[in-house]
Amino acid sequence: MSDPQTVLNGELVERNRSARIEEMGPTGQITLRGDLSNAAVKKAVKGAVGVDVPTPLTATFNGAGGAVWMSQDEVLLLTEYDRIGAKITKLNKALDNHHVMVLDVSDARAVIRVTGAGARELMAKGAPLDVSDAAFPVGTARRTHFAEIAVGIWRREEEVWEIVCFQSYAQHLFSWLKASSVTGASVGYF
Amino acid sequence: MNTRVTGQGRLIDRSETLTFQFNGETLHGHPGDTLASALLANGKMMVGRSFKYHRPRGIVASGPEEPNALLGLGRGPRFEPNQRATTTELFNGLESQSQNHWPSLEFDIGAVNAAVASVAPVFSAGFYYKTFMFPRAAWKHVYEPVIRNAAGLGKAPKDADIDSYEHFHVHVDVLVIGGGMAGIAAAKAAASSGAEVLLIEQTPHWGGRALADPVVIDGLSGPDWVTREIAALEAMPNVRLRTRCMGAGMYDHGYAMLYERVTDHCPGQVGMPRHRLWRVRAKQTIVASGAIERPLTFAMNDVPGVMLASAVRDYLALYGVAPGQSVVITANNDDAYRTALALHEAGVNVAAVVDTRPSAEGTLPTQTVSNGIQVYTSHGITKVEGKTKVEGVQIAPLEGASDSHKITCDLVAMSGGWSPIVHLYSHCGGKLRWEEESAMFRPAPDRGAPIGSDGQINTHCAGSANGHLIADACMADAVETGKAAAKAAGFKAKSVKAPPVDVAVEEPLQPHWFTPSKGKYAHGTKHWVDFQNDVTAADVRLAAQEGYESVEHTKRYTTLGMATDQGKLSNINGLALLAEKLGRPIPEVGTTTFRPPYTPISMGAITGRSSGHLFKAIRKTRMHPWHERNGADFEPVGDWYRPYCFRRQGEDRKAAVNREILNTRQNVGLLDASTLGKIAVKGPDAGKFLDLIYTNMMSTLKVGRCRYGLMCNENGFLFDDGVVVRVAEDEFLLHTTSGGADNVHGHLEEWLQTEWWDLKVFTANVTDQWAQVAVAGPKARAVIEAAGVEADISADALPFMSYIETVISGFPARLYRISFSGELSYEIATPANYGAALWQALLDAGADHGIMPYGTEALHVMRAEKGFIMIGDETDGTVTPHDLGLSWAVSKKKEDFIGKRALERADLTRSDRKQLVGLMTDNAREVIPDGAHAVVAITETPMRTIGHVTSTYFSPTLGHSIAMALIERGSERLGEELTFPLEGDRILKATICDPVFLDKEGARQNV
Repeated sequence: MSDPQTVLNGELVERNRSARIEEMGPTGQITLRGDLSNAAVKKAVKGAVGVDVPTPLTATFNGAGGAVWMSQDEVLLLTEYDRIGAKITKLNKALDNHHVMVLDVSDARAVIRVTGAGARELMAKGAPLDVSDAAFPVGTARRTHFAEIAVGIWRREEEVWEIVCFQSYAQHLFSWLKASSVTGASVGYF
Repeated sequence: MNTRVTGQGRLIDRSETLTFQFNGETLHGHPGDTLASALLANGKMMVGRSFKYHRPRGIVASGPEEPNALLGLGRGPRFEPNQRATTTELFNGLESQSQNHWPSLEFDIGAVNAAVASVAPVFSAGFYYKTFMFPRAAWKHVYEPVIRNAAGLGKAPKDADIDSYEHFHVHVDVLVIGGGMAGIAAAKAAASSGAEVLLIEQTPHWGGRALADPVVIDGLSGPDWVTREIAALEAMPNVRLRTRCMGAGMYDHGYAMLYERVTDHCPGQVGMPRHRLWRVRAKQTIVASGAIERPLTFAMNDVPGVMLASAVRDYLALYGVAPGQSVVITANNDDAYRTALALHEAGVNVAAVVDTRPSAEGTLPTQTVSNGIQVYTSHGITKVEGKTKVEGVQIAPLEGASDSHKITCDLVAMSGGWSPIVHLYSHCGGKLRWEEESAMFRPAPDRGAPIGSDGQINTHCAGSANGHLIADACMADAVETGKAAAKAAGFKAKSVKAPPVDVAVEEPLQPHWFTPSKGKYAHGTKHWVDFQNDVTAADVRLAAQEGYESVEHTKRYTTLGMATDQGKLSNINGLALLAEKLGRPIPEVGTTTFRPPYTPISMGAITGRSSGHLFKAIRKTRMHPWHERNGADFEPVGDWYRPYCFRRQGEDRKAAVNREILNTRQNVGLLDASTLGKIAVKGPDAGKFLDLIYTNMMSTLKVGRCRYGLMCNENGFLFDDGVVVRVAEDEFLLHTTSGGADNVHGHLEEWLQTEWWDLKVFTANVTDQWAQVAVAGPKARAVIEAAGVEADISADALPFMSYIETVISGFPARLYRISFSGELSYEIATPANYGAALWQALLDAGADHGIMPYGTEALHVMRAEKGFIMIGDETDGTVTPHDLGLSWAVSKKKEDFIGKRALERADLTRSDRKQLVGLMTDNAREVIPDGAHAVVAITETPMRTIGHVTSTYFSPTLGHSIAMALIERGSERLGEELTFPLEGDRILKATICDPVFLDKEGARQNV
């Protein structure tokens, strides 16, 4: 069996760009749907990825582990790709008697990281979001449309933003980011 | 000819010279010039021919309201027609051509229209409607081609645009549109509160009229005050400033569209977008867009050299250009005297001021008289003399047009007063009121103002856009509006006071809508109202005379205000003339609707990045690169691109499809089925939920088994189908059509969230998690075994419609034994990151078995051979499962499911509904066109149709053309021959048969 290969195979561009744009390669992703206020769910999430269930419209991270609020009853958990099976087993075991859905979606979504001083501006070109510091501080997460496709966006660090999209759209999204980040196209707004 | 004057020209840099082209002639200008100012500096007053009559036309204005100076700019992939010279910044190498003339600007054959028009009113109001009614054929063959050749403005570009464009989204507390005195003051007042403020200006320079008109603000000249205030705003961290950025449209709840011209003044910069469309969400918006001067309506007021009085001042003060050497000014207000004074001061001869008012005794007129300039009151221009340039004017007392005398001049500066620019305010619902004393429409928030999502007013006009035309009142209004906007946005403005403004006091204007003339000019056929669309005062009066009472109807009848300038100069004059003729007050006639964009914006800006390879988001499977390398001929399916077929050397589509089908039926085929929608449904109530969603029973499905299911909407019409797999006791996997996954997922969530929120069920769209491959054909099992499979997949261990999880060729796999081709068939799903590798492994394993990939067309033909329906072919939103012979899949036992009640309605149960049938053409090789209608008899007039073809193919398996059709009472007509009248009087006959053409008993798949 060959190694898993993500849709963009870790493609990276940064030369002559206002930001570094990189597909993150295989990333463990779990969709957890359930009652996010339930103590067992909270505990299971913490146990699986090492962070608390995020509050609405936020994301929390701890190394490779992380959790992104997706809706009232859905979080996206992030972990190492090769530990996904064990994590899912652990979650299912911990939530055995609860009405939850735990799904491996590691291969469903591509994760693209945009880093650098121009990253925020790039977000504002693609999505109708308010990405000002006041409205979108580090740790904020949104589901929105970006370059005409559905995405999740979160601000991981001051100048580190991540976008997830269905992997079948990843080439479109990456090409779009590439075209929109050419150095000369900077807006100089923020 | 150089018309530059010394000591003027605030915006230009005379130390540098730029070279540009106009109609092939090389001319010179300076940095800071607009194309219009540079043309005027070179003595080019005439810049185009008019739309209908091809009359010579010259530059009238100095801003976006310019109706005449529309030029073609650039060349090849950067050519763009209809660009206003007044808003085009000059750059080295600029190429421009005038429009709407042939063979040349100076001699134009189309001007014959004008000659004819001077005798009979050709092209007068409603001319097209009246003249071209009969005979009908004449329009198409005679009038239309002639008019098309003669009319029209610029030429469409021939080459694809090579520039890039983009969008940008921002959210601000206060958006201020317009960087003149009012905008600057309002922005500063608002920003003093700490609110995030975005101030934009459409030109490259801040200041608006404060740069050209004499005013003292806070002890500083206009330009000095602007410089100081902009520096102050730039120093504020909560303020962002943008020039070359126009407010293009205002929409509901504080959404504004701005148009930034990033590189129009320096084209071809690598990587830089040409235009950027800003999509702004503002809590509060201040529209400080200023005012536009109105022309006066007098005979021959369109001769090149008749300009707006303010434009003449602008060209002088900003660009150091005197568009004429001897000037007559005609006005109905004091403001125009500023032009007289400015020209006089610059050493240009002012031949006379012709004022339509009975007296002119304000500060400015008095100053004018004291400078020795002749002022005529109660006078008007009865005619402008000259054809391609002004040679003089005839003036006469307003009460005695025949008592005229000539004044020689080469420039006429006119002013009919000012109209606040209420366009943006009106876009988003702001209402207006006609103010009699100042003769203008001004914002009237009490009659209706734009509101935010909270129902509170969120948009305000400020300064002259709000009707405060005098600088001191303008300033006071702007500061107050700025503070109020900040407060409304939730901030507390500092107690900012308006700075003192010292400006000349003005006497009121007197409305003046038509200057009488004599002889052939008496009727207004040469009194131009709309320069761009060639509409005269006579046209407007004719419309009124013919019964057009509504300004909206008159607009369409005469084309007044319908040109690319949307009547910026003509609207008020036109409707005043209409009101006068109708004998009604102006407010009763009303104004036409203002619509975005404020001035035309590029298609590129609207498109943004969505052009070329980014035109549309395309979904690709993980096998897509392999497909591309191996002759795939793609077709779009939803957002997906799927191989229609894989063409080999020398093959056309048809040959490839036939080969793929025969190989699948004889050996084995491989289909990329990754696009198939996949939705996970989990929870203790999952079975119950799916029983409600599907027409058939799903709760009884055993774990590890698959069942084909149908989904109806609540009207009983079929909208999606697919195989449902029970993965675990409380978990199902739903397969949907490729294009339907998102809709089906939305449908499930909607019902769960709005109606059945008590059901314990979760869903997730997992389409992209899996790459899926169908292996179909007699040798399918052998191929999978050759690839290496951990599980026993023999017929007994893995029977038809069953499912296991296993490992194939080392890849984690979900293996479904399902068939859409009627062959022994498996679908293998593996996590997408293994998809490409699995595809290759199966190709390798199948090499000895003659495996070949097949595309969507082979898939379609094979399913049709088996009589399987296709959503979108056999269904069109009006077809029930019963119509398609799928009653077996509609449960009679279930208490309820979506569509159950609707399916019992009389219309859906009547016996004469169209039903699915198979068709065999009488001629085995002839394929019926898709959608062909069957008729009762071709001898009937009109022929009555009894149904239509829904799927139609040549079946290589049967060596015969086959089709499916929906035919009235189809199930009762087995064996009946149907008649299909086709194009070109051809008739095709086909006989109704069972829609299952191949292997009805299913022997091929049950092996």
